[in-house]
Amino acid sequence: MLDPKIPRGPLEHKWRNYQTDSQLINPANKKKLNIIVVGSGLAGAGASATLAELGYNVQCFCYQDSARRAHSVAAQGGINAAKNYQHDGDSIWRMFYDTLKGGDFRSREANVYRLAELSAPLIDHFVQQGVPFAREYGGVLVNRSFGGVQVQRTFYARGQTGQQLLLAAYAQLYKMKRAKKVTLFTRHEMMDLVLINGKARGIIARDLVTGQLKRFVADAVILATGGYSRVFRLSTLAIGCNATAIWKTHKRGAYFAAPSFTQIHPTALPQTSEAQSKLTLMSESLRNDGRIWVPKKKDDNRKPEAIPEEERDYYLERRYPSFGNLAPRDVASRAAKERIDSGYGVGRLKNAVYLDFKHAIERLGLKTVRDRYGNLFKMYQKITGVNAYDEPMQISPAAHFSMGGLWVDYELMTTIPGLYAIGECNFSDHGANRLGANSLLQASIDGYFILPNTINNFLANCLHEGSQTTEHEAFEKIEIQVENHIKKLLMVNGTKTVDHFHRELGKIMWQQCAMSRNKKGLTKAIIQITAIQDSFWKEVKVTGRNNEMNTELEKALRLADFLELALLMCTDALEREESCGAHFREEYQTEEGEALRNDQDYAYVSAWEHNHGEFKLHKEALTFDNLKPIVRSYK
Amino acid sequence: MKATFKIWRQEGGDAEGQFRLYDVDGLTEDMSFLEALDHLNEQLVQRNENVIAFEYDCREGICGQCGVFINGRAHGPNDAMTTCQVHMRSFKDGELIVVEPWRAAAFPIIKDLVVDRSALDRIIEHGGYISAKTGTAPEANAILIAKDKADKAMDAAACIGCGACVASCKNASAALFTSAKINHLNNLPQGKQEASKRVLEMTRQMELEGFGSCTFTGACEVECPEGISIINIAEMNASRIKAKWLE
Repeated sequence: MLDPKIPRGPLEHKWRNYQTDSQLINPANKKKLNIIVVGSGLAGAGASATLAELGYNVQCFCYQDSARRAHSVAAQGGINAAKNYQHDGDSIWRMFYDTLKGGDFRSREANVYRLAELSAPLIDHFVQQGVPFAREYGGVLVNRSFGGVQVQRTFYARGQTGQQLLLAAYAQLYKMKRAKKVTLFTRHEMMDLVLINGKARGIIARDLVTGQLKRFVADAVILATGGYSRVFRLSTLAIGCNATAIWKTHKRGAYFAAPSFTQIHPTALPQTSEAQSKLTLMSESLRNDGRIWVPKKKDDNRKPEAIPEEERDYYLERRYPSFGNLAPRDVASRAAKERIDSGYGVGRLKNAVYLDFKHAIERLGLKTVRDRYGNLFKMYQKITGVNAYDEPMQISPAAHFSMGGLWVDYELMTTIPGLYAIGECNFSDHGANRLGANSLLQASIDGYFILPNTINNFLANCLHEGSQTTEHEAFEKIEIQVENHIKKLLMVNGTKTVDHFHRELGKIMWQQCAMSRNKKGLTKAIIQITAIQDSFWKEVKVTGRNNEMNTELEKALRLADFLELALLMCTDALEREESCGAHFREEYQTEEGEALRNDQDYAYVSAWEHNHGEFKLHKEALTFDNLKPIVRSYK
Repeated sequence: MKATFKIWRQEGGDAEGQFRLYDVDGLTEDMSFLEALDHLNEQLVQRNENVIAFEYDCREGICGQCGVFINGRAHGPNDAMTTCQVHMRSFKDGELIVVEPWRAAAFPIIKDLVVDRSALDRIIEHGGYISAKTGTAPEANAILIAKDKADKAMDAAACIGCGACVASCKNASAALFTSAKINHLNNLPQGKQEASKRVLEMTRQMELEGFGSCTFTGACEVECPEGISIINIAEMNASRIKAKWLE
């Protein structure tokens, strides 16, 4: 069994006790310590800036042309905090409860409580950094509600909350760059991890402009590389989002937890063609005022406005009367899939449902609706050419957030000493399903508040070990391995493009390892993915050279890792013979079609060891001392 | 749907560039413009040619990484849109589509349609932040900000840093970008402490990076995908003069 290193004391005191017990490093010694941070999103930029303010020397890496592009930028809806500004009964405890329940009791109590506990000071932090959150006329902050929750605790900046938080973190990062405590490496992609004496001591990165492989050494390495839902190819993620850094470290010994827990977002725009590269998300906040429906009649080809009220099926309101359109994401996605698969889907490809604002406009007036969601309606029109004030939006589920990720303990350290994972790339707080507006929260808290405190326990002992240089033979060895991997890929010189293989992989993953899974499908998927992997290494064609900017090569390198990760995701989904949160196994459901959890046999975190491709399962037992696992009902 | 793309190709910053013509078939109106370029790149790979380098990441109009001139207009034929939001339905079947990189002395070309916009980051580095350390914040509602002030700050803060304003300006001025960040922060009580220093340092860095001067033609405002107003530039100039007097 894995030890998550949970601190002593009752739940409410654990974080304080941890801080009391942990080691400190004096400012003169901090100056001697170097930290690598891979990723510049909310987690990475927040951690880099804060560690630099504390006095450490930070090297921060991102593959984009600027730290401001990281995909945190795209989160629209908001960020949760237990401030209870709306006087509606919210509290740290209530938020802890909602998050643990939302995650279907597959996350760690102590971590989830800490997330709720640190949420309120995080809002203070972002306000201080100049984030223009929405305000009431009197000047105080506004809140709205989000899926899976009955209080209003979400703070937002129009539909661009992620952008505004990221820009605050990015500005703070550049402030510390100017102070010469952060060195930034943009257009650099981490290729592998370097271990010395079993500890993470550096990385090999590829300069994406020159193709040159470079060595970087440090006392600790922090991964903040985001989610991996691009394994489905079509997802709400940025095109460059990838699993390479976490996958390469997994192969070097870091355990991968709950890899198959993937959130399928209920409100994305439907796919319209085979060439599509991306599914655009429409913020879940739209479900606050929009109503979701499909026609009651199959294959109803009438225009939506021609279908009278009594012939519309508001299926979320029907199935989940107390939460209605605000049912959690996994529940809402599955309900949409059920309707679409049963032949009630709408749109040209019959792969969508309606999200209707007619009643909201009647109730609130056009101006209020425009105030709340104007930019989302604009975005919808840009992409589809349709004015959603006049007719309902068409939406469809899409692969979104990875709850799974590298296994980390309470300190956010992986199973490799000195290697940390923060933000979406770890598995820590969301269990089997993430609640809306908890993602910006987790990324920020990991980066700003938790890691800068927990890294001391490890670094305090590094001072005695002395520094390393990139001349160490471990760097030489790993660099040659990376070089050979790239050469091998360029030498295949087959006949098929990288995107061809990615599309094939995506189709299988979407069919077998997304909203609904079963033993037969997953077993078949493993065979199919192995075959794709085989033909990828025999038939892929990548033009251009290694020693130049080569976007095709970047894609190929990322896909090579996705192909391996996909196998682990299917293996994980196959092993877990229960349904929980986003992991819905068709064999395990109630008569009403709801998820059937099995706490007797599966109340553990699955942490996989790579073991040369023969994935080996380790378990971290989940105990619930403060909250009795209940059946997650939103009826 | 068919189209002929006329695309700027350039091996590297020092190499000589040229336009090349590509006839592309098999497009659909639902494809985004960047998906059409993906489609072309797949064909180039099949023909054993090097792919066209172009930038993108989120493909939903918010990260700011994409951006090219399409038929002589930054981010293509539609108002208030980024390149990734342009769809092929914006073009006629068989149309000639000319694609060029941003052109500005402060944005050197890296390859094909990819330029180096790090000068914009360096402007932010010189004061585009509030100097407060993590852990020092007062209670959020202790700072009251009237809705109209907050809204105005948000209007300016919406900038995505794509560089279309610079690329569209005949002087390649970064005044719209710089003023948007200055006004976002200087309009908020949290940003007031450093307001004068901020406007002086950021505008100075803008000049050091080799961006041209603003002559108020308004071209930037027209091309800005976020609709950021040139009133920001006027406010920046006024506060800069004031800050210089006080200096």
